[in-house]
Amino acid sequence: MYNYVKQISAFLPNKQGTLTGFTQLLADNSLDLMALSLADTTNFGIARAIFKEYDKALAVLQQAGYTASITPVLAVGVPDCPGGLNKVLQILNRENLSIEYIYNFVHTVDDQAVLICRVDDGDKAVDELQKAGVKLFDRSELQ
Amino acid sequence: MYYNEHMETASRDELERIQLERLQATVRRMYDNVGFYRRRMEEQGVVPEDIKTLSDITKLPFMSKIDLRDNYPFGTFAVQKTEIVRLHASSGTTGKPIVAGYTRHDLEMWSDCVARGLSAVGVTADDIVQVAYGYGLFTGGMGVHYGIERLGATVLPISAGNTKKQIMMMQDLGTTVLACTPSYALVLGEAIRDMGIDPETIKLRVGVFGAEPWTEGIRKEIEALLHIKAYDIYGLTESVGPGVAMECKEACDGLHIWEDCFIPEIVDPDTGEPLPDGQIGELVITTINKEGMPTVRFRTHDLTYIHKEPCVCGRTHRRLHRLMGRTDDMLIIRGVNVFPSQVESAIVGIEGIAPRYLLVVDRVHNLDTLEVQVELLPTLVYDEVRKMEALRAKVQKSIEQVLGLSVSVRLMPPNSIERAEGKSKHIKDNRKLD
Repeated sequence: MYNYVKQISAFLPNKQGTLTGFTQLLADNSLDLMALSLADTTNFGIARAIFKEYDKALAVLQQAGYTASITPVLAVGVPDCPGGLNKVLQILNRENLSIEYIYNFVHTVDDQAVLICRVDDGDKAVDELQKAGVKLFDRSELQ
Repeated sequence: MYYNEHMETASRDELERIQLERLQATVRRMYDNVGFYRRRMEEQGVVPEDIKTLSDITKLPFMSKIDLRDNYPFGTFAVQKTEIVRLHASSGTTGKPIVAGYTRHDLEMWSDCVARGLSAVGVTADDIVQVAYGYGLFTGGMGVHYGIERLGATVLPISAGNTKKQIMMMQDLGTTVLACTPSYALVLGEAIRDMGIDPETIKLRVGVFGAEPWTEGIRKEIEALLHIKAYDIYGLTESVGPGVAMECKEACDGLHIWEDCFIPEIVDPDTGEPLPDGQIGELVITTINKEGMPTVRFRTHDLTYIHKEPCVCGRTHRRLHRLMGRTDDMLIIRGVNVFPSQVESAIVGIEGIAPRYLLVVDRVHNLDTLEVQVELLPTLVYDEVRKMEALRAKVQKSIEQVLGLSVSVRLMPPNSIERAEGKSKHIKDNRKLD
């Protein structure tokens, strides 16, 4: 049974200073950011982040007036060598699994790059990746 | 030039005699046929027989948009439905529109009022009038249309939009009169300029503009761009539509309200007490020559005053000053009436959206734009842009359906919109009206 990594998704209006306000809040509350990705439109942005303490992060953000929620995502171990990412994506593609988005971890874990990955059918992706011998990091392994 | 010289120049005595007779008949019909108004009169302890002079009108209860909404759709009609030959609709204060019903007589009366107004600004049977008001439920297009035909001028029912085609038709057909909203007249004028067309090669000479507030400054701008004389026309669906009042070319100062069809009053917006001519207050209109849906002492929420002096043109019907504002929070955007409460009704119940919003109105290239800022609830956020965008589009579609107007929607973080204590807090109007 795979223990999904919990990502915090937060809504950010597209306005100067918004991101700084966001990072300042994290700093003020000593929240350790392990991975961050930003998606944006002309109208708004969505910050996706992995924290050591996701529950504290969620509470801090919501108390500060952010719209934020938790999304389960995969943390895929990718060998830090040419073709490593390709191998993982080929498996997902073969099984007709769609990737919604992908971003990577700041640090390597056990000499592997860690890819945060949101797939339309997460459970099936877990099965197929594990069958193919791809390492999936549990939430506990990342802390 | 008069369209109906006898009526337009009738002595005040004769006009007032006609007004009293028609007011009495209207009140009688309302009492007999419109249940809600009869109850209103009973509550106020007034019966039709109490209306002995024109000043007795103040004994009658007011009517408002809310009454029309509460009796939606046909509850304020004073005739059998078989006698109604046309329906129009305008925005109400919530999602439901206000429906107006017209008998054949009402349409004749309306056309007559428009024909008088057109005549007053020099339109004749020789003119080709391009009607670039919207046609449909909105009274603008069809109201002006039938008045033009009544006058015997030629009507070109092109409706609103498609600016290039408007200009092509103007050039090819030799249009001499333009009828549309003042903001659209500016758009047309600027397009003509930007296309490098010499306005002198276009035969336009007169413009009939209304359905939204404008100013002397805008008048000058339109006149300079299009090389025409621009005139103001006033009306509202609840009274009949455009043509209730119209400027004359002689004075070009104040709009003659056709007093054989409408009784204007100016009241204090707070107390409802009548104010004398010359004082600014809320315009209240009683229709006295209408069968289908008469409105008695209808609160227009439009601010104006009645000119004291008789007009140089010889018409005896008094003049309303150009509208000076609103007493409520209604906005007019591209000729469409918009109430903040309508937006509220459109967004209530959409998952993830708080009932907090701000309407930001602007004028970009002379066209009104409306941005609606809505607040997200603190708990819901999609991690995918696609879904967030879909939520935004859903809010937009819902608002557009209620308003009948294209809007842009901006999603805002929780608690970022100032809490509305007064109604004006829902609105940020950046349009400059002088």
